[in-house]
Amino acid sequence: MTDRHETLAARIDERFGEQVTRVASTCRELTYEVEKDDLATVATALRNEPEFGFEMLMDVCGVDYLNYGEDEWTTTSATESGFSRGVQREPVLLDEADEFDARRFAVVYHLLSLRHNARLRLRIFAGTTNPPVVRSVVDIWNSANWFEREAFDLYGILFEGHPDLRRILTDYGFIGHPFRKDFPLMGAVEVTYDEQKGRVAYQPVSIEERTLVPRVIRDDNRYDEQLRGTSDE
Amino acid sequence: MSEIHSYTMNFGPQHPAAHGVLRLVLEMDGETIQRADPHVGLLHRGTEKLAESKPFNQSIGYMDRLDYVSMMANEHGYVMAIEKLLGIEAPIRAQYIRVMFDEITRILNHLMWLGAHGLDIGAMTMFLYCFREREDLMDTYEAVSGTRMHATYYRPGGVFRDLPDSMPKYQESKFRSKQDVDRLNSIRDGSLLDFIEAFTDKFPGCVDEYETLLTDNRIWKQRTVNIAVVSPERAMQLGFSGPMLRGSGVEWDLRKKQPYEVYDQMDFDIPVGTNGDCYDRYLVRVEEMRQSNRIIQQCVEWLRANPGPVMLDDHKVIPPTRVEMKDDMESLIHHFKLFTEGYCVPEGEAYAAVEHPKGEFGVYIVSDGANKPYRVKIRAPGFAHLSAMSEMVEGHMLADVVAVIGTQDIVFGEVDR
Repeated sequence: MTDRHETLAARIDERFGEQVTRVASTCRELTYEVEKDDLATVATALRNEPEFGFEMLMDVCGVDYLNYGEDEWTTTSATESGFSRGVQREPVLLDEADEFDARRFAVVYHLLSLRHNARLRLRIFAGTTNPPVVRSVVDIWNSANWFEREAFDLYGILFEGHPDLRRILTDYGFIGHPFRKDFPLMGAVEVTYDEQKGRVAYQPVSIEERTLVPRVIRDDNRYDEQLRGTSDE
Repeated sequence: MSEIHSYTMNFGPQHPAAHGVLRLVLEMDGETIQRADPHVGLLHRGTEKLAESKPFNQSIGYMDRLDYVSMMANEHGYVMAIEKLLGIEAPIRAQYIRVMFDEITRILNHLMWLGAHGLDIGAMTMFLYCFREREDLMDTYEAVSGTRMHATYYRPGGVFRDLPDSMPKYQESKFRSKQDVDRLNSIRDGSLLDFIEAFTDKFPGCVDEYETLLTDNRIWKQRTVNIAVVSPERAMQLGFSGPMLRGSGVEWDLRKKQPYEVYDQMDFDIPVGTNGDCYDRYLVRVEEMRQSNRIIQQCVEWLRANPGPVMLDDHKVIPPTRVEMKDDMESLIHHFKLFTEGYCVPEGEAYAAVEHPKGEFGVYIVSDGANKPYRVKIRAPGFAHLSAMSEMVEGHMLADVVAVIGTQDIVFGEVDR
């Protein structure tokens, strides 16, 4: 298993060289980061060249790395000030920033090769523009169609060359991109029945968001590679 | 003669054959469909976003509600992704229990599909037959988890508890006579495994009954043969998986090709279709039920002979028992931490895919080392299948749309998430 894995990795490294960067994985999975301008050439080659043969695209998803690695509860320093549960963050519905962090929005592709029984993950970062734009892969794998629509709907990532980039999961006339990390969990609007208008109407949410379990990151020695190596001795 | 214009028709979202809340906008030429535009999302609950706001274990219950006719298979994908990140593996007995319940779930799902598909295109009796057997399988869910559908039975590190030694029994009421109750309880006297074994003994006979009704039925064949033919190349391009892919003649089953848990110990076959039409997909699924039955039998046999733990003994992830808690300080602390904060998962990302009754159900988790997942993405098989709807119904009649919805085995819990 691992050998086939490494063979594939070696072949990809040899074929694409500078175009791809391997990301270390703890779960024996192959992940490569690709520059977004190289996506089309890399993807086409991965699908068409028989030594790779990734004829299926199983999944496309957006990821928003805005708060990656941030916790809501300090655990490393002493507890002089006491712990607080108050987790406040300013909600942003439509991000009007001119530029995003270059490593904020990513699109992740999960490929599957039936021929070689192999899986591969590609990740591209969508760049700094607002809205983020990447090239669509619908012409390479048709299954990307709805997955890209979903990523557009939930993260606001535009896919250049997509035949029909509409919202898919959210309501008709929805505002904002709900899976972005700065979008509040409970949303921005609620619906009520308006007696006077005689129809269902939107109004701003009337409830307050609360965090039941704060987000905590602990430096767990068990998962430390170096310590893990020495503890066995 | 007046000129005939093509027109647009709205199908659903409230339509008995829409399997939930599917809205289709159909562009028609007379009664022939030119293009179908499915509008989904009417059942969108933001499961993935909700999962990001909760400790890992608290989202297992949400997974049941994705594809709400194959509950435990969804849990399995999620739990496997967490286990992959944590680098733990369930004890062997738990793995057998998971395989057994995955297959029970597969039969549950396929029975629901067969019943609904039959009902949609004119075979009312199927629905009644299928629900008769589903009831027994629901009872196995109830016996093991206490609920008939939303089990939350799989946990990272094993399953919640071992199989019970007794089955819940029916009680006499003004709706059920003593005679009925005795008949129903007669197979519920032994343990859960006895009950499942009794079920697997009778189930092939039940499948024969379904087949008698449908397989050579002229009307059934008229409605399914050569409807929505998908070539193997297109099926791969469109991201099909599971019976949809196998119906087109591609031999691909994760249980065989990328075996997880103890599927490599099991003896079973993968049915494959030849034409890629609705009828072939029907045959594939019916045969899958028979194969699942075989797997369940093998699991029952193994589980009888091999008692053992069903959960790991790692209290950093798995809560200690109540008894341990009562007289062990360490256990009490572990319990408190697990239920107030949960466990932290090492930084990394994992994609775990299971052969869900509908296809490849994948869960992609990105963890930044916190007690909550940073990003959860659920790759629902039905989502990819439904995206091919337009291509599959193009050129067919309006009535065939219903057959295609049926053959895709669409459930909106997972499509909309």
